[in-house]
Amino acid sequence: MAQHEEHTTHSQAFYLFIGFALLVLTATTVGAAFINLGAFNPVVALLIATIKATLVVLFFMHVKGASEKLTGAVVVSGFFFLAILLSLSLADYLTRSGPMWR
Amino acid sequence: MPNSQPNHGHVAVMEPEAHGPELVHQFSDVQQQKNAASLGMWLFLVTEIMFFGGMFCAYLIYRLEYFNAFAAGSQQLSIKMGAINTAVLIISSVTVVLAVKAAEAGKRKLLVGYLVVTVLLGLTFLVVKGFEYREKFEKHHVPGSTFSFTDKFDDNGKQYSVNSKEAELFFSLYFVMTGMHALHMIIGCGLFTVLAILAWKGHYTPAYFTPIENSGLYWHLVDIIWIYLFPLLYLISRHS
Repeated sequence: MAQHEEHTTHSQAFYLFIGFALLVLTATTVGAAFINLGAFNPVVALLIATIKATLVVLFFMHVKGASEKLTGAVVVSGFFFLAILLSLSLADYLTRSGPMWR
Repeated sequence: MPNSQPNHGHVAVMEPEAHGPELVHQFSDVQQQKNAASLGMWLFLVTEIMFFGGMFCAYLIYRLEYFNAFAAGSQQLSIKMGAINTAVLIISSVTVVLAVKAAEAGKRKLLVGYLVVTVLLGLTFLVVKGFEYREKFEKHHVPGSTFSFTDKFDDNGKQYSVNSKEAELFFSLYFVMTGMHALHMIIGCGLFTVLAILAWKGHYTPAYFTPIENSGLYWHLVDIIWIYLFPLLYLISRHS
């Protein structure tokens, strides 16, 4: 285990590639916003944002390949509790009859 | 059992070498200390996720209820400025990871260079944001007594008039979310300015550059928040 303690970072070319991919995905999300996909416009926008966020977390924040596995659990738990916040709030507001708060 | 006492702290007694910041006494090895530092930083970042999460939740509920007003408000934002700022932040995230890499390799001047470029990119973001805010003041799109919203929601050529109170909610969320994000950017710029000065003085070595790594984690999280803010605020119903 101790053998892998050095070089948790990647090569410079790899970081530039990930940065380039993030820029391409930004252009993609702008382009997709101008195409009428109906109800899927926000879905596509959030999907692209999540792909970008995942690239940043895994490769820039070095969660992939981290020697401490607990870090991954903390990251997942953070987004898991965010999902609980959003889904349970919507489970309330979206199931009310009539306008949401009247 | 007083006889078992001498064994305690045995290692510390046998190693008279001075401990630097790369290994403080409560950790048994360098890797354990590094893991603890990054785990602690991540616990802080989780609280940040929940902090912004509350605002995202408020945004989501109001957007579902007042979609036309949110779309009309979003159509008043500048995609060009938002996209430029997204690109600026992504490039700054690249310079931050390259700074961490330079620190790991012990390249002091390169490290300082990347940190300075990161601060400059952060300031660029804030200046562009400032121009956007100025436009909001000019158009009276800042929530408050002078707020006025007469624009319509253009849905594929069909014009829908919107309640200005509902549009005010969109701009309240716009200012709170981008404002809190900008505050985090200002803090990040201050952080990296201090780190650049300390790095120039040679505080960081390949054995110890934890502040660079952890500030980098913070900067990337602020980047991720913007990655979500951009499509949610700027790109509602833009097709025609």
